[in-house]
Amino acid sequence: MLLSLFYIVIFPGFIFLSVYGCMVEYMDRKLYARFQNRIGPPWFQPFADFIKLIGKEAIIPEKADKAMFRILPAFALASASATILYIPLWSTGALFSFKSDLIVVLYLLTIPTITFFIAGWSSTSLYSTLGSIRTLTQLFAYEVPLYMALLGPALLAGTWSISEIATFYYENPLLALCNIPGFIVAIIALQGKLERVPFDTPEAETEIVAGSFTEYSGRYLALFRMTIDIEMLVLVSLIGAIFFPVYFPGNTVLGLITYFLKTIILVFILALVRSLMARLRIEQMVKFCWKYLAPAAIFQILIDVLVKGAL
Amino acid sequence: MGIIEIPIGPQHPALKEPASFKLYLEGERIAASNVTLGYNHRGVEKACEARTYIEDLYLIERVCGICSHSHSTCFISAVEEVAKLEVPKRAKYIRTIIGELERVHSHLLWLGVAAHEIGFDTLFMYSWRDREVVMDTLEMLSGNRVNYGINKIGGVRRDISEEQKEKALKAVDALEERTKYYIEIVNSETTLIGRLKDVGKLSYEDAMRLHAAGPTARASGVDRDVRRDDPYLVYDEIPFNVITDNHCDVLGRTIVRVKELIESYKIIRFALNNIPQGDIAVRSPRRIPAGEAFSRYEAPRGEDVHYVRGNGTDKPERVKLRAPTLANFASITYMLNGGYLADAPIVIAAIDPCFSCTDRSISIKHIDSGKENIMDWESLRQYSIDWHKNRGFNAKNIQLKVK
Repeated sequence: MLLSLFYIVIFPGFIFLSVYGCMVEYMDRKLYARFQNRIGPPWFQPFADFIKLIGKEAIIPEKADKAMFRILPAFALASASATILYIPLWSTGALFSFKSDLIVVLYLLTIPTITFFIAGWSSTSLYSTLGSIRTLTQLFAYEVPLYMALLGPALLAGTWSISEIATFYYENPLLALCNIPGFIVAIIALQGKLERVPFDTPEAETEIVAGSFTEYSGRYLALFRMTIDIEMLVLVSLIGAIFFPVYFPGNTVLGLITYFLKTIILVFILALVRSLMARLRIEQMVKFCWKYLAPAAIFQILIDVLVKGAL
Repeated sequence: MGIIEIPIGPQHPALKEPASFKLYLEGERIAASNVTLGYNHRGVEKACEARTYIEDLYLIERVCGICSHSHSTCFISAVEEVAKLEVPKRAKYIRTIIGELERVHSHLLWLGVAAHEIGFDTLFMYSWRDREVVMDTLEMLSGNRVNYGINKIGGVRRDISEEQKEKALKAVDALEERTKYYIEIVNSETTLIGRLKDVGKLSYEDAMRLHAAGPTARASGVDRDVRRDDPYLVYDEIPFNVITDNHCDVLGRTIVRVKELIESYKIIRFALNNIPQGDIAVRSPRRIPAGEAFSRYEAPRGEDVHYVRGNGTDKPERVKLRAPTLANFASITYMLNGGYLADAPIVIAAIDPCFSCTDRSISIKHIDSGKENIMDWESLRQYSIDWHKNRGFNAKNIQLKVK
């Protein structure tokens, strides 16, 4: 009981997630800045931003649904944080695991996106409404390729449990090479999920100010920003667990170091993609996802099915 | 979903200056649009009439922060024509060099702004970093990074030394190398082309009909450049090409601007290497004789037009200036209609707008009736007196007490 509480609150639960989430945001911002020939923020910038936002006045629009407006950030944060418990971090086994936790994790990760939509919709501002429509449109575009890209490795491993997938690829590391197309698809779809360039149409500041979050301020905005950080960390951990089968069972310290290395490499790739491109229009984004990303994900599944048949 | 009205401006992240664009959306498509100006009326023309020519020069230079030299050169050319002053050749060369450096600085700035509008922040940071080189060169030559203040009636204020010339040539070489890289990006980067191609279409016929000017017109195939068609300063002695493009969209405008940078480097190099020796200014009289003159100048954004009428005193009787943005304004609503909301910022930015330079009138809109009317000076004054009287404030009843 006490151990479970420790897992949930301290490690790898909320406190670890928020601290490392902020560090991930820092790394992302710093790398993005260095790619752009800027100096970038100091390491404590995300923490300072969070504390500053917490202290600011939270203004709720008169016409907004006040209860929803208040509760949604907490809802998003909770669902994003809960996911980490089912993802293997420093060893092949996650803290909690059951037979088809991959599906649960994917659905828990959809909830923040849905809350962004509801948040934008319930703040009733024009920009937020447009932003939330775009959030939802984009969801239908990247969700299928992302899930199919994760489905391929699961099919090859013959299980729906992330821990078992990780164990399978740890035991057969060469088979992980079959999943490279899926990895590329997942990285690109992740940019859509995290609403980053080139898929940051839902919060394109030069068009619709801040999209769904236009009306948010103060601690509610702080919680949403924290949710996005945690979501990024969780997704990066998930991709790392499924596509990078490097573990050291029995050696926690080495395991933790590899975990941090994995996340840093993935954040590097994400920041690189972000700094190389311009923002796509929503219709270009949907077209790209269905025309190129989804077939690539199907190709990944095909490879996995064929390899599975050959084994 | 019906038609929804989205306001872009007067305050909006996409706009650097206040102007109001009302977009009527059907989903993501723009069904109609409406532009309102008048948030930045500064009364520059009226202020010019109340100041001497020398003071006007500094005021005119501050019409625009980016093309300040364009406005001041355009104005001063008209004044010198009225005063029948023969400006020394060396001064004209120096004005040309500063003018072209300003074009480089303006186009690099535009490239960054355009990249930011389409979410390509890396290009934004890169081009603004390189812009620092030209800003530093301008500072070295004139003493200021913006509002160079190099012009004075009858010539220029500062000479270019041999050492400065070498430094400027080196800076131009560095910039040319960077610009070639940008040309490569504009021609090859997929997402950039995807966002710019076929956006904000303006055909040759429409560009002529809507009186587009500058790079906006040249990107629609309109072969028009004041520097070649009606040479001022020393442009008749310098070889350069007028860049046109047949894309007729925002991509075309980008290509025209980056290619114009290369032409500007050619002009700067030629001017620096062939600058004649001699005086840099002639003495100018304080009182400018009666007469009128009309002057054209190819500013980075398009054709700039100034009109000056003197009446024999040290103050002009009438000054009229038309910034290039006004010429391009009519085409904005045309280009916006039928496009996507996502393209609205880049379509607006593609004419390189400078709303504050353009504003020459205020239209007053009544909140209750929605009626609009334009007021002249007298009625505006009367309106203000009445407005205060209605609130129980009569200027006639005020007595100042001096202790």
